[in-house]
Amino acid sequence: MPRTLTINGQEISARSDQTILEAAQDANIRIPTLCHLDGLTDVGACRMCLVEVAGASKLLPACTTRVQEGMQVQTDTERLRAYRRQIIELLFAERNHICAVCVANGHCELQNAGIAVGMDHVRYDYLFPKLGVDLSHERFGMDHNRCILCTRCVRACDQLEGAHTIDVMGRGAHSLIVHDMNVPWGEATTCTSCGKCVMACPTGALFKQGSTVAEMVHDAEKLAFLKAARERKVWNV
Amino acid sequence: MNLEELNATAASERLAQAKKRHHIRVCVGTACQALNSEQLAKELQAELRRRGQNGDVEVKCVGCPGLCSLGPLVEIESQVNGQAAIAGTEGGQRKSILYQFVKPEDAGEIVAHLGGEPIKRLETPLDQPFFTRQTKIVLEHCGKIDPERIEDYIAVGGYQALMKVLTEMTPQQVIDAITRSGLRGRGGAGFPTGLKWGTVAKADPNAYPTSVPVGIQSRKFVICNGDEGDPGAFMDRSVMEGDPHRILEGMAIAAYAVGANHGFIYVRAEYPLAVKRLRTAIRQAQRAGLLGNNIGGTAFSFNVDIRLGAGAFVCGEETALMASIEGGRGVPRPRPPFPAECGLWGCPTLINNVETLANVPPIIMKGADWFASIGTEKSKGTKVFALTGQVAHTGLIEVPMGITLREIVFDIGGGIPGGRQFKAVQTGGPSGGCIPAQFLDMPVDYESLAKVGSIMGSGGMIVMDDSTDMVEVARFFMEFCMDESCGKCIPCRAGTVQMHRILTKIQEGKATRRDIQILEELCDLVKHTSLCGLGQSAPNPVISTLRYFRDEYEKKLAADETNGKTPQPSAQVANPSA
Ligand SMILES: Cc1cc2nc3c(=O)[nH]c(=O)nc-3n(C[C@H](O)[C@H](O)[C@H](O)COP(=O)(O)O)c2cc1C
Ligand code: SF4
Ligand code: SF4
Ligand code: FES
Repeated sequence: MPRTLTINGQEISARSDQTILEAAQDANIRIPTLCHLDGLTDVGACRMCLVEVAGASKLLPACTTRVQEGMQVQTDTERLRAYRRQIIELLFAERNHICAVCVANGHCELQNAGIAVGMDHVRYDYLFPKLGVDLSHERFGMDHNRCILCTRCVRACDQLEGAHTIDVMGRGAHSLIVHDMNVPWGEATTCTSCGKCVMACPTGALFKQGSTVAEMVHDAEKLAFLKAARERKVWNV
Repeated sequence: MNLEELNATAASERLAQAKKRHHIRVCVGTACQALNSEQLAKELQAELRRRGQNGDVEVKCVGCPGLCSLGPLVEIESQVNGQAAIAGTEGGQRKSILYQFVKPEDAGEIVAHLGGEPIKRLETPLDQPFFTRQTKIVLEHCGKIDPERIEDYIAVGGYQALMKVLTEMTPQQVIDAITRSGLRGRGGAGFPTGLKWGTVAKADPNAYPTSVPVGIQSRKFVICNGDEGDPGAFMDRSVMEGDPHRILEGMAIAAYAVGANHGFIYVRAEYPLAVKRLRTAIRQAQRAGLLGNNIGGTAFSFNVDIRLGAGAFVCGEETALMASIEGGRGVPRPRPPFPAECGLWGCPTLINNVETLANVPPIIMKGADWFASIGTEKSKGTKVFALTGQVAHTGLIEVPMGITLREIVFDIGGGIPGGRQFKAVQTGGPSGGCIPAQFLDMPVDYESLAKVGSIMGSGGMIVMDDSTDMVEVARFFMEFCMDESCGKCIPCRAGTVQMHRILTKIQEGKATRRDIQILEELCDLVKHTSLCGLGQSAPNPVISTLRYFRDEYEKKLAADETNGKTPQPSAQVANPSA
């Protein structure tokens, strides 16, 4: 059953099983995201996609909230812009995101988000924790200092590859992406070396070995294609 | 066991107890047990045997009577003029005395004085406000009955409410009774319990894809939340330790009302005694046919399992708790869908706090109107608080909703020791706020506490005197939230770290006005954008101390920020008891 709602005053229609984010995408309205990736289930973790819904007491994540008839959604208010900028600044301060020396420079969703929210400086203290770089895998590498803990790699590995090699260990600021039971990636016996996690990663945290500064281009769209192709059994576009 | 058998068990147990001339009740709650009270109970028994009095006198190990600061506590209830004395029930004339700070060595003296004059050295008055100002519903049996004997619970009317709903009431009638009683969730948010039960009862178990493990025959679930992670809170522990059957009975009634056949009690592993007593209780109830298949000979079946929490505060949050029971990482997920529609393994799930469920049997037995007559218009019944901090009597108290903070702190709590002055009381733990002296005459209920920037929470209540550094209080709770953040969402994971840094900077005298501004912006961000209640409430201690004690923050700013002037001392808090 179709639903009619407004996003930023624009009237749009959507299927009842669509999220606000999907409905907005279909209507070419951009809502910022980080933990969302087409083709993976949503977890509502990064909070970049929060929107204001008339009558709701709280801000709602567009990626996990289903559309409802008559919903009035605002995606780009001053308040939301201020929150998004704070969230991006918190991420830049949390680990090490010096873009100039990053393999993903120019191809990074975090960098793009920083530009989009107009971040000209970071108001918080840089924490620069000393985290490791795992180069034990023969084809891929992982730099924990660049990881924003979006869990896209975890979900890609679990949901698209079915290997569930990757998960999160620890909690809070000590959370860390691990392979198998926290072994070096190269020793993770469940890893099929498919590279889906590398495709899914929004930053330079996961990369192909041998990439140097600005060379690491993620092709995350391939994952969405793969998922859609499997579901519809259509393999040529 | 059916109703007749239940009544027969109750009668014979009461008769056996009535024959005893003296009942000695020794608290073996966690606090008193740590002070060797189990040994004391053994010594008492040995002494009675030695004197050949063991047929006459009953020594009972009981749960916490509340006044933990005077423990180990021993209560002695004796017959007057040969009349029957029945533990925990009306009828028969009884005389009680209470002994404080009792050691195993005191056993001989206590037995020697039975029936005679109380031992002055150990006696503490039972008519002190700590006891007389309380209203006990949830804790009515704690400190009275032996939590490891189902017969003791049955003797005081236990499992009668379950029998009543199974034989006389429809599930809808049970839900109506709970709704009419006005009971609200005691786990923190105060959600109306009847409304929640009604939602689960109506929910369609097939609305979401489910993955119930093989062997569990249920498509709806009841969960008792006994994670109790607030620092300093021990209300739920006392109920689980002191009256475990009460929780099982409440759960079974809830299960009948919502149509569930399986339940889980989620207890933190730091409560080994509670776990042990709950396990014993489950086994006893199963053997008595009060849990399991065809309870009381009816068509209703209900099984209960225990799951241990591994010590993460966030696992008290309902969606994280369910993830933990399912065997996953204890991490919250966005709601909706709410557990009532899509909970454990995708099934409609009722999750209630220990204290909420413990209120259920008396509501069924004494009626919704009786319960609704206690408390205020929107907050019914009583609330158990763990009273701690700079107050004369610390311990567990149960008070009617609507009582004032002043009555709690100065009458029941006995005021501030050491000649100091009252400064603030913190309620709601890391999710709550500090309430200053000007609100001491405010009634304690959900709405009033929220109005002054705190919450009822699960029942932690920390009294602070005028020596307390409020910025340090805020920093303490922020450190707790930072350590306990699950790390899933960015505002809480990274925001609590930055807030804690700023608070530390303030404490070190290195902060500027701009830092306080950044702190306030972060409070706003974390409160309004975090995924779960942990992050959404983490800024509360900072917000409330900034609201009422801002001068303390400003006094600590770096010298150049106060323009070299000597900082102003904070306003003197008037003695609230004067
Ligand atoms: C971080 C966090 C911790 C919580 N811890 C507890 C807890 O220890 N015990 C509890 O009963 N509820 C806790 N809650 C509340 C539960 O999520 C849930 O609302 C409650 O168990 C519902 O029961 P009630 O309706 O009977 O209050 C917590 C909530 C949050 C956000
Ligand atoms: S490694 Fe990349 S995809 Fe995985 S959690 Fe970190 S930032 Fe996200
Ligand atoms: S608010 Fe904190 S505890 Fe809750 S989901 Fe976010 S990071 Fe985890
Ligand atoms: S994209 Fe919705 S919360 Fe991250």
